[in-house]
Amino acid sequence: MSHHLVEVKDLQYAYPDGTAALQGVSFLLTHGEAVAIIGANGAGKSTLLLHLNGCLLPQAGEVRIGGLPLNKKTLSHVRRTVGMVFQDPDDQLFMPIVYDDVAFGPLNLGLPPTEVDHLVLDSLATVGASHLQDRPPYRLSGGEKRAVAIAAVLAMTPDILVMDEPTSALDPKTRRQLIELLKTFKHTRIIATHDLDLVLDLCSRTIILRDGQVAADGPTLDILQNEELLASSNLEKPLCLQGCPVCRGKSG
Amino acid sequence: MDAKLSLASKAFPSTAWERGVSLGNIESSLLNIGYLETLSYQQTPLQRLDPRVKLLTTLVFITAVVSFGKYEITGLIPFFIYPVALVAVGNLPPGYLARKILLAAPFAFFIGIFNPLLDRTILVHLGPVGISGGWVSFASIMIRFFLTVSAALILIAGTGLPAVCLALDKLGAPRIFVMQLLFVYRYIFVLTDEALRLVRARALRSFQGRGLGLKVFSFMIGQLLLRTLDRARRIHQAMLSRGFAGRIHLLRPLRLRGPDVAFLLGWSILFALLRWYNIPHLLGSWAGEWIR
Repeated sequence: MSHHLVEVKDLQYAYPDGTAALQGVSFLLTHGEAVAIIGANGAGKSTLLLHLNGCLLPQAGEVRIGGLPLNKKTLSHVRRTVGMVFQDPDDQLFMPIVYDDVAFGPLNLGLPPTEVDHLVLDSLATVGASHLQDRPPYRLSGGEKRAVAIAAVLAMTPDILVMDEPTSALDPKTRRQLIELLKTFKHTRIIATHDLDLVLDLCSRTIILRDGQVAADGPTLDILQNEELLASSNLEKPLCLQGCPVCRGKSG
Repeated sequence: MDAKLSLASKAFPSTAWERGVSLGNIESSLLNIGYLETLSYQQTPLQRLDPRVKLLTTLVFITAVVSFGKYEITGLIPFFIYPVALVAVGNLPPGYLARKILLAAPFAFFIGIFNPLLDRTILVHLGPVGISGGWVSFASIMIRFFLTVSAALILIAGTGLPAVCLALDKLGAPRIFVMQLLFVYRYIFVLTDEALRLVRARALRSFQGRGLGLKVFSFMIGQLLLRTLDRARRIHQAMLSRGFAGRIHLLRPLRLRGPDVAFLLGWSILFALLRWYNIPHLLGSWAGEWIR
């Protein structure tokens, strides 16, 4: 299914203050893949994500979503195809009531009210947040906000999900529930994160960004066991791949 | 970001009331808006009414009250039936509402307090004491202030601001105004949280009054502005990501039912009667004739 392809070719972007955030990033993702984008702070992860649904447009190079090049003309189509979950749910949940917020996207797509209602209730049920539909977002806990933010994106029935740090600031149990939820999705998933255990659980493929360039791109298990590569990118092995501190103490 | 979210989950206990109590003064009065919101979730006949009907009735009430002449007092008294009845039906806490009204009282007080100095003609004689027109108009201003502000607060407490905005929208208020109101209401909590964190961070590293000066304060205000601009940009991106094209659609069918129409017509007719006939006056003269 070619329309789920995500193709990035020699993408470059510099911020107005001169910071070169991306310096020639290229990769190709196929349908249904779960891909992690990892790297040090300031390596360009967030800038890359903002290109995937056209919040930023390429200064040089190209982004193609489902075969269409990303530009001003294809913007609305791309935004429907690519659902973006922002890092801070408070940025994303701007309507006064959860229901209205989840309905925001579908209504903008011009869908009829009855269908919007179905989509809203379905997406809330998918993330287990049906009971929150009449609540104002500012009254929700961090985990609830995150769930609703994901529902708001699901309601637009995107083919590709892009997430920026989905597990940041979640308690361990909520984090685990979120990971289980993301596992059930059939979408192409692109996840930028520092949570390398999540990467190991969820993503078959990993891309490491370093100084605005792709430092590595391959199967997650290979990459996360390459200590040299990880160290050079300000990363380290996921905790579950490191030796158990208790046993290590005993044997030594 | 991490610190912020974990803080948010801690600082958000079950009700805004608790939040208000656990924080300082300014913060608590701001966050108490949340309590007003909680009241609107109750299931009483008042909360169940169509928001448009409540909004229109409130407007009719306010128009009737402010249209009286400047020395009117007796004619205003019967209008107290409206807030009293709604507080009773809507199960609203009178003490809490009274405190909210007091918070705004200084404004009306300073508008009216110069009247007694400027207008000294004696208007009423209460036994040997002459009361000047200034005092009468001052009292009239305070009564009107109390009536109108309580009606507005009851509207919010009995309807909820989002529903009031929806009603404004359906009644044809300018869209941009409705949207502004919704966004202010949504982000005032985020903004106060952000400001509160700045204040706390400063307090923790200030000793013996050092660091609490005006200079640092101005930096903090600047910082808050920058953060707000940043957030506005991110919110805008989030809106664009979900297909925003300059118009926010609301999906909330409203239907007028019998009780809604009865509420609007009943109160409006009563307000009109109270406006054209001075009931206390009539009662007084009837009683006078009857005694004679």
